[in-house]
Amino acid sequence: MDGMPILSLVTFLPLVGVLVILFINDETEAAKRNVRMVALLTTIFTFLVSLMIWVGFENSNPGFQFVEEAEWLGGGLTYRMGVDGISMLFVILTTFLMPFCILAGWESVTKRLKAYMIAFLILETLMIGVFTALDIVLFYVFFEAGLIPMFIIIGVWGGARRVYASFKFFLYTLFGSVLMLIAIMAMYWEAGTTSIPALLAYDFPPQMQFWLWLAFFASFAVKMPMWPVHTWLPDAHVEAPTAGSVILAGVLLKLGGYGFIRFSLSMFPVASAELAWLVFALSCIAIIYTSLVALMQEDMKKLIAYSSVAHMGFVTMGIFAANEQGLQGAIFQMLSHGLVSAALFICVGVIYDRMHTREIAAYGGLVHNMPKYALVFMLFTMANVGLPGTSGFVGEFLTLMGMFRANTWFAFFATSGVILSACYALWLYRRVIFGALEKESLKALLDLSGREKAMLYPLAALTIFFGVYPAPVFDVIGASVDALVTNYDAANEAAKAAMNIALNAK
Amino acid sequence: MTVVELTQSLNIAAPELALAVGSMVLLMIGVFAPKDSANSTVTGLAVALLIGVLGWMVFFDEQGTAFGGAFVQDSFAYFFKILTLIGSIVALVMSVGFAREEKFDRFEFPILIILATLGMMLMISATSLLSLYMALELQSLALYVIAAINRDSARSTEAGLKYFVLGALSSGMMLYGISLIYGFTGHVDFASIAAALSGEERSVGLLFGLVFLLTGLAFKISAVPFHMWTPDVYEGAPTPVTAFFAGAPKMAAMAMLVRVVTDAFGSVTGDWQQIIIFISIASMVLGAVAAIGQNNIKRLMAYSSIGHMGYALVGLAAGTVAGVQGVLIYMAIYLVMTLGTFAFILAMRRKDEGNVENISDLAGYAQNSPLQATVLTILMFSLAGIPPLAGFWGKWYVFLAAVEAGLYPLAIIGVVASVIGAFYYLRIIKIMWFDEPEGKFVSTAGELRLVMGLSGIFVVGYIVFGGPIAAYAENAAKALF
Repeated sequence: MDGMPILSLVTFLPLVGVLVILFINDETEAAKRNVRMVALLTTIFTFLVSLMIWVGFENSNPGFQFVEEAEWLGGGLTYRMGVDGISMLFVILTTFLMPFCILAGWESVTKRLKAYMIAFLILETLMIGVFTALDIVLFYVFFEAGLIPMFIIIGVWGGARRVYASFKFFLYTLFGSVLMLIAIMAMYWEAGTTSIPALLAYDFPPQMQFWLWLAFFASFAVKMPMWPVHTWLPDAHVEAPTAGSVILAGVLLKLGGYGFIRFSLSMFPVASAELAWLVFALSCIAIIYTSLVALMQEDMKKLIAYSSVAHMGFVTMGIFAANEQGLQGAIFQMLSHGLVSAALFICVGVIYDRMHTREIAAYGGLVHNMPKYALVFMLFTMANVGLPGTSGFVGEFLTLMGMFRANTWFAFFATSGVILSACYALWLYRRVIFGALEKESLKALLDLSGREKAMLYPLAALTIFFGVYPAPVFDVIGASVDALVTNYDAANEAAKAAMNIALNAK
Repeated sequence: MTVVELTQSLNIAAPELALAVGSMVLLMIGVFAPKDSANSTVTGLAVALLIGVLGWMVFFDEQGTAFGGAFVQDSFAYFFKILTLIGSIVALVMSVGFAREEKFDRFEFPILIILATLGMMLMISATSLLSLYMALELQSLALYVIAAINRDSARSTEAGLKYFVLGALSSGMMLYGISLIYGFTGHVDFASIAAALSGEERSVGLLFGLVFLLTGLAFKISAVPFHMWTPDVYEGAPTPVTAFFAGAPKMAAMAMLVRVVTDAFGSVTGDWQQIIIFISIASMVLGAVAAIGQNNIKRLMAYSSIGHMGYALVGLAAGTVAGVQGVLIYMAIYLVMTLGTFAFILAMRRKDEGNVENISDLAGYAQNSPLQATVLTILMFSLAGIPPLAGFWGKWYVFLAAVEAGLYPLAIIGVVASVIGAFYYLRIIKIMWFDEPEGKFVSTAGELRLVMGLSGIFVVGYIVFGGPIAAYAENAAKALF
């Protein structure tokens, strides 16, 4: 394995698929099938190659592994790649979800198929790049560039209000990010480098940390999304095609959480400790408020979108609890949510493809003619609620535990979100699946097709597997999280000591 | 001036001399050539002449000061002269198809472009207020005529007249500023002005002179509040002329502005810095906001160029090597994006309607010609400054310099303006991709395809091969400090 730039390989492999697709003329049916096959094979192959990262990964090493460096653009910038325990699993999550995205659009996307597949493959490259970049400017480039394909995906293949949704998505997230760009520049002049490992080791002055933290917060809070800047998400989700929703919920939301851990918490520990109350308060509001909002939704996708915001509230809380349980729980919750929400959006896509409506009221009694669908949908609903035995439980439990250690009152309010999530999720399930099968249009619905099974069953298996046996994940993230927490505590101790000295000197 | 000095000066100014002599020769050819082929002959020869000069500059890197310190050929001048020549060549090449289709065949057009280019190259090299003014007037007079070249069209003549009146006004103000500066320092060449300023307290009168001078210069780069002529001239002039206006003259004017403030007024940075900051913020904000309501794509590009000049000035406001380097990179990237976009605007031709200029005419472009639409989309995202495209790197360097200089408010207002500005670029993309087609364009001429392709490759590829450009720009920026 030595010497092979596996991270660059995984990152840019999807672009090879793009090149191949560019040479296919998509006029005929056969050509269309070729385009789909090329996209699917590319993503599967990328996933298999990315598994090599996990195989070669040393769990006990808290630092960055598979580091690559190359000259890039001059002026202090370097092309630098690497993963540690925190980022590695996100790479796998991304490559794992991509084949499902391709499959989700297998039949429903007929117009401009070539552009659709190209957009998704480019998006994959950019998302992997975010997690593997070890240069902050390179990170920013990948982070921002993802807006371009996503804008096109929502706008071209989206629902009725797609134009509004795509503009809102783009401008909201761009606005958050540009402030981070200024902060990155300020960090460059302060620390003299854009290398992430060097920046992690650099001690920013507390006053500066405060401003930098706010700038980064603006970006990641929008991306996450946190209340009150979450409003782009329901619109984007509702209007995006199924695969777009899958990737949005599965991976793009995690960019914010990853950013919080990698940058806000690790680079500005003093500011993080100082401003944690802000995050806790916003997260609590997000959990309770968006859960209540989700309860009253009539559109299935919107309901799941709001539930995503609530779940991300747990994540932000866990991150800024800044202890081992909180952080591990937050990372696990993100991975689990990546699987579960992706599966839920696929579930919605399954019946949307048949009925072309996402209105909850249009359904009912599906258990009678779609039993297999009812079963997997139930599993994912339960995982979304956080039922023990599913992966949703592990993350939620740990974040709450971490939160209790940090602040009991906030933890108390956050826990009420668990009950609320059970309310909206179960109610949704009852209205769609149970009841009498009365509507004429529903009676002819067929149960899951082979393609849909191929999408949902693996996700279901993983949801249960990680719910019962989460150890493989914790083994990977353990060392890096430990190191992060140690650094964080040390930095805050040092800051406190410095403050005391300053006070005593007066 | 001795004979040796004169030959040396002529040697250093060889590219400019070649253009001056060449334009005369072309004029003769144009007059005596058969009427029906005059335009194509002269255009071809003009392009050849400009490419020849460009090649000359690249291969014979002759640097030095000439004509008793009124003219300098340094790496800064080289950088901008190459950009200017590229802008002129591409604009001229793109005019060929248009001239054929629209019966716009006047052989004076290429000759005027050469004369304007000559003026620009002299502007870039001018190191004395007098040579600067003369070069500027040579350029401006040629541009006034070019703006009105389609003399049968009311819009074109109106544009030319408007440009002339406002341009003359700005020239007058500049001349007044120059006279004040001369009166209070006793010098016209930059080095002596700088020397005079470093020694003593600067007088208020000089500050007045500086303001007037900057007013004139701001007019030439169409920065707010001296931008009013831009949308009208862009819209009114024939499209190849607009393509020319948007590129080369901006390069020369920006080069002149940078050289004046850093060379002659480098010791009173505080005085001009606040003016530049104000102009920069005003341009960025107006460029972003005013473009939202535009439906004519040429008008939109006018506001876009106003905004982009504001961004470039962010780098100048920093007043450092990094800042000037940022300006250079920004202008180079801006030139490529603008020329590429104008290639598309020239390609917006319908079979029965001729050239169309409304943004809504682009509807369904992505379905009719996906490849071209993709390139235009890339250019739009690049103009909006989205990474990984070149436009982002332009902004990166100028804002980096502003942050280094501690100009945080400027940087923050700038990036916020870029988000607002992103809206109208997105609108063009939306019309291309999301709206249903209303009609097809005729197939695009080869030279336009070439320009589109090259600009697309540059914008996408900058992230990979931008290193040498940045290094070259840094080298050029150091020549001023």
